[in-house]
Amino acid sequence: MNLLIDGFKSAFFLILHLYPELWNIILLSLMVSGTALVAATILGLPLGAVIGLKRFRGKSIFISAMNTFMGLPPVVVGLFVYLLLSRSGPLGFMGLLYTPSAMIIAQTVLAFPIVAALCHSAVVHVDPIIRQAAATLGATPCQVTIKVIREARYGILSAIITAFGRVMAEVGAILIVGGNIAGYTRVMTTTIALETDKGNFELALALGVILLVISLVINAILHIVQRKGMMEAGR
Amino acid sequence: MIKLVAAQIAKGYNAKPVLQDCSFSFDEIGTYALMGPNGCGKSTFLRICALLEAPAGGGVEFYSGRDRLEKNIELMRKITIVLPRVGAFNASVFKNVAYGLQIRKMNHERIAEQVDRMLEAVGLAHKKDQNALTLSSGETQRLGIARAMVIEPEILFLDEPTASIDEENAGIVEGIILNLKREARTTIIITTHDRDQAARIADRVLMMHDGRIELQK
Repeated sequence: MNLLIDGFKSAFFLILHLYPELWNIILLSLMVSGTALVAATILGLPLGAVIGLKRFRGKSIFISAMNTFMGLPPVVVGLFVYLLLSRSGPLGFMGLLYTPSAMIIAQTVLAFPIVAALCHSAVVHVDPIIRQAAATLGATPCQVTIKVIREARYGILSAIITAFGRVMAEVGAILIVGGNIAGYTRVMTTTIALETDKGNFELALALGVILLVISLVINAILHIVQRKGMMEAGR
Repeated sequence: MIKLVAAQIAKGYNAKPVLQDCSFSFDEIGTYALMGPNGCGKSTFLRICALLEAPAGGGVEFYSGRDRLEKNIELMRKITIVLPRVGAFNASVFKNVAYGLQIRKMNHERIAEQVDRMLEAVGLAHKKDQNALTLSSGETQRLGIARAMVIEPEILFLDEPTASIDEENAGIVEGIILNLKREARTTIIITTHDRDQAARIADRVLMMHDGRIELQK
């Protein structure tokens, strides 16, 4: 118990005194996960919307696959990206392994199916009359799609926030492809794992507390967004 | 003006024919009221004419003078339909009405001017900043008409615009249609059950009978 209390005391000391190593780790975590989220949204949102709005052969199989990929184990993704980026892999010539770029790629792979599947779900829940109304006012198919995406905005925002929560808390994939190099690829989750192994609980606990606060903020935003969406939909 | 010719339209649901050899030529600007009992195919005919549904047989053609018009986005932007369920967007009343102009890339000042004028005409000016989903059913119907009228269509289809609203709102909607009729720039085709309403607003009353259209007046 004393270990835990002492650990928390030291952790708060580190946080309050803006310990530089701690802040570098936090900033790198936010940069990697934020960039991965932007990339996953750019790819996943249009895909989810198109799957939701268009009819094509094999659509249900595609949707099932997308839903399955939502639960991809991070270590499997890490392994897959590692094999792609390793020197003997097809993308080995790019020299990205053990760099923040490799971590961004791994987290994008993890976040992409979440964004795509949840955006698809948000889009298909928009009343079909909205599409018809936009079309009757002279909207082109592309403008109709944009209108539906706007109507699904709360669901889409929820999808993005959910994906962010997932990648921020992820450790397996980035540990494999990032290598946990101090001052270069060390992020919050990998530092917690490493420092716990070393018995250095102060930094691990400090980062744990910050990760929890970030998680709390993400969930609070998600709750507000969902409530606003439900209030407007229920009118 | 755009002339609409519906020729030998056929359509059925679940092997039951609704429209059979249904033809009519809307070749003059004016207000046409299409009447008939429930389930006779009025709305189906309107949706086919508005290019929302494809007929099983026959077809709809649009002419400008003697030239047949392509059924492309240019044409779609000259005709519009207000459906019984308006489908208000989750946005302000102003943004709902502005939508049709925004997608036509009209500049902001003109949009604001046209939308304000239209909201004034349908009596929703005081609700322009309110979310459209909070409007009553009568107000939503007026919003649907404003949204359609602001794009200044050459043909405006109104599918039972007063069927599900109270008498006061129905009176307002009728007033809007009569004002539009007075401007004499738009062909209005309206479906209604109400014989008196048809007599009040229409230049021509059409009756749908056995899946066909007959001119009454």
